[in-house]
Amino acid sequence: MSDLTRLTAAELAEKIHTGEVTAAEVTQAHLDRIAAVDGDVHAFLHVDAEGALETARAVDADLAAGRAPVSPLAGVPLALKDVLTTRGVPTTCGSKTLEGWLPPYDATVTRRLREAGVPVLGKTNMDEFAMGSSTENSAYGPTHNPWDLDRIPGGSGGGSSASLAAYEAPLAIGTDTGGSIRQPAAVTATVGVKPTYGGVSRYGLVAFSSSLDQAGPCGRTVLDAALLHEVIAGHDPMDATSIDAPVPALADAAREGARGDLNGVKVGVVRELSGDGYQGGVLRSFDAAVAQLKELGAEVVEVSCPHFGYALSAYYLIAPSECSSNLARFDAMRYGLRVADDGSHSAEEVMSLTREEGFGAEVKRRVMLGTYALSSGYYDAYYGSAQKVRTLITRDFAAAFEQVDVLVSPTTPVTPFKLGEKVDDPLAMYLNDICSIPANLAGNAAMSVPSGLSDEDGLPVGLQIMAPALADDRLYRVGAAYEAARGPVLDKLGELEAAK
Amino acid sequence: MTTTAELMDYAEVVERYDPVLGLEVHVELSTKTKMFCGCPNSFGGDPNTHVCPVCLGMPGALPVVNGTAVESAIRIGLALNCDIAQWCRFARKNYFYPDMPKNFQTSQYDEPIAFDGHLDVVLDDGEVVRVDIERAHMEEDTGKSLHVGGATGRIHGAEHSLLDYNRAGVPLIEIVTKPIAGMGERAPEVARAYVTALRDLLRAMDVSDVRMDQGSLRCDANVSLMAKGANEFGTRTETKNVNSLRSVERAVRYEMTRHAAVLADGGSIKQETRHFQEADGTTAAGRTKETAEDYRYFPEPDLVPIAPTREWVDQLRATIPEMPWQRRKRIQDDWNLTDEELRDLVNTGAVDLVAATVDAGAAQADARSWWVQYLNQAATARETELADLAITPAEVARVIALVGSGELTHKLARQVVDGVLDGEGDPDQVIEARGLKVVSDDSALLAAVDEALAAQPDVADKIRGGKVQAAGAIVGAVMKATKGQADAARVRELILERVGAA
Repeated sequence: MSDLTRLTAAELAEKIHTGEVTAAEVTQAHLDRIAAVDGDVHAFLHVDAEGALETARAVDADLAAGRAPVSPLAGVPLALKDVLTTRGVPTTCGSKTLEGWLPPYDATVTRRLREAGVPVLGKTNMDEFAMGSSTENSAYGPTHNPWDLDRIPGGSGGGSSASLAAYEAPLAIGTDTGGSIRQPAAVTATVGVKPTYGGVSRYGLVAFSSSLDQAGPCGRTVLDAALLHEVIAGHDPMDATSIDAPVPALADAAREGARGDLNGVKVGVVRELSGDGYQGGVLRSFDAAVAQLKELGAEVVEVSCPHFGYALSAYYLIAPSECSSNLARFDAMRYGLRVADDGSHSAEEVMSLTREEGFGAEVKRRVMLGTYALSSGYYDAYYGSAQKVRTLITRDFAAAFEQVDVLVSPTTPVTPFKLGEKVDDPLAMYLNDICSIPANLAGNAAMSVPSGLSDEDGLPVGLQIMAPALADDRLYRVGAAYEAARGPVLDKLGELEAAK
Repeated sequence: MTTTAELMDYAEVVERYDPVLGLEVHVELSTKTKMFCGCPNSFGGDPNTHVCPVCLGMPGALPVVNGTAVESAIRIGLALNCDIAQWCRFARKNYFYPDMPKNFQTSQYDEPIAFDGHLDVVLDDGEVVRVDIERAHMEEDTGKSLHVGGATGRIHGAEHSLLDYNRAGVPLIEIVTKPIAGMGERAPEVARAYVTALRDLLRAMDVSDVRMDQGSLRCDANVSLMAKGANEFGTRTETKNVNSLRSVERAVRYEMTRHAAVLADGGSIKQETRHFQEADGTTAAGRTKETAEDYRYFPEPDLVPIAPTREWVDQLRATIPEMPWQRRKRIQDDWNLTDEELRDLVNTGAVDLVAATVDAGAAQADARSWWVQYLNQAATARETELADLAITPAEVARVIALVGSGELTHKLARQVVDGVLDGEGDPDQVIEARGLKVVSDDSALLAAVDEALAAQPDVADKIRGGKVQAAGAIVGAVMKATKGQADAARVRELILERVGAA
């Protein structure tokens, strides 16, 4: 049955819905795969075998009774990033602070998955509170990249991307604040999409930076991501920033794109997202991808986004500022870790000692940065200026999208580095997100799709495609066309067992 | 450890110093649900029963603004003659306290929904003072802490603390005045009159329960003094825990006398929060903070800006009722009341009830008499508010009509009202059930009169002899025999007829 894990979500859905296999068999195959390889990969923080099988059996019962599948993905299992709440199932956000916490409610994304009959295999590893680019900031140990277990799987959503690349799950959910879906997708040769801000509900997504956070779909193919995106997207009255507009037809756009015709599509290459600091193999892979887009009929032009150079700096003021406020609730009073509660310490001392023990170094660093940036007398210079940069970057995008339909760039400047290589150099770590952050600041949609392997180290490289807000369908059309022309990349990854 | 503060004689205070006030009033809105979630907004309830992931600040939960609360905020702003913002936002006010679930309060900072207004306040002698309003903004209430053990009920010395989040997220409007200066000795009275006027206005608008005793209206009084002739304000103190209108006046007056004593002695006032102590009318210093609080305000990213359309604001403007003090003036003129009669009416909270009773057909003097006297006593006896009595203005009007037509005596009317208050039905049902109609059948009365005259022949003789006032004893006997259901005047006529004295 292990070959079930090699199929795409779309293929699995068809087999389940036509009765060729049961959802329970599919789910069990993935649980078996997790049992076999996750000791090496460590993509999961918690596996919910019983919950997943229960959902799968309900789908099977429905189908056996002759009812239509409740969604196009009914019965296809999924790995959920541990930053989305799951009622009664542990949700740690990769932090000791929330060890043992059982949320009393489901995130809207979780609820929509349940309603769509998608079995949730478990919760995936991540950098603590989604702060990081390597999963090395997880309090529960890093995830390993299936391409090379000594290398990072990206972050913060490295667990989700690794679970796809290791064939532990055909679908995964990530969240992307500065690249946490796209960068892990790039370094594992999987597909990851950051939807338009407000396109997918944030209710139940434990906030890192509220104005940047966005949940999105991860898959091994563009079509699979589109199918998942359609399940989780749409207006949610529980999220005031959720967009009350119809979701574009994403799977249709992917199928249309897969026909391989990009005539009439204008593609802009962002001049500022290349050059110094970019690995040669990454740039060569990107150039080849651009050439491929031209072959598909796209018109390619170079565009300039002059303020993108300030994006990283602005991001590292806005995100820590919001995080310093969002994480204030972890005070040991109502849930989660509580230390020094021996009757001899005041509430303030209990809070302080709990945070000292419960938060990791990167979280503390960002809380301190943000507290400082928001403090009286510094607000205008830091947070205020960063918001102005944000406006300028949004204008850069608007001007570019007047000329072109989509923008492209490498997803990351380098291929996956070794675990431990950059843990002591936060600035080098932050530079991983230099290409992905502009889309978060402006709120528009962006995707990473595999663009092959770097010619110098044989490691995965991602092509980033960016579209205007609410035009997520363009990502799927262009992404699917490119994917079809370039051919699968992940297949080059040998069976993990064989590599051992 | 408390030390008795030195106080300056009030007359000397106002001779040497000019007081400056700033009043911050927090009003809990009486919306059905909380500010940012669907939990019920109601006072009381078992601890932590009106809570959900949103108002508990659970990880991942998000706020959604209560539209009715925004509507109330705009209406309050309009009633206070404020400008309404065309575009405004919420902001996060970051500070740690265990009864605040998110450790930030979702509030408004530099972009309040209403600003630059005023409220005209009538003092006891009829003088009108205009209090300028700085702003009115929306925010959420905190939960409540109960500190167990220790003498003071405050956190210091407590053995442990209990937290109740039922109040967390209840919609609040904070109304802040501009500095109120130049009031001299009347400053404490102005403070009370302002809060009173605000309370009456908000009650008339039906946006809040405005119960100071339950905390749905709370006043923080900022007080400072400056020497006569000075241009710069002195250092202020902010007094909290002021839980009644009378306390507002007392707290301001106390702080003025305390400040003056400190200043006159060459000392300086420490900018601090003080707590009013109802028992002895003094204030006590709160905990002094080593460092100034830095709330690190920034725009709330979980909420979208609020941009009320002009059409909506105009619609809401049309719902603003007449100012209570203007209305009182009109009623005084219409009903030709003395100042004292008006005050009784206002102080018992009977204005609306009397007006409604008049609308239901009663004469205003009768309506006023019932509500201000008998029903007010009934409310006191039943420990409830006048408006909460189980009788409607229409029912009171019906009783008044029955007295007017002679079908009820005043004494019977009170029994009818008691029956209504006890839930026995409307006035007619009570009359029916208790058999309380006046006996107006002369033949039935004559039998009772004859019986009474026969029982007291000596009295009958006296009446015949011209001592008409002796008839009172026979009237009393007849009334007793008819259980008070006879019209005493008619009984008297019948007695005089019977003995041939008429």
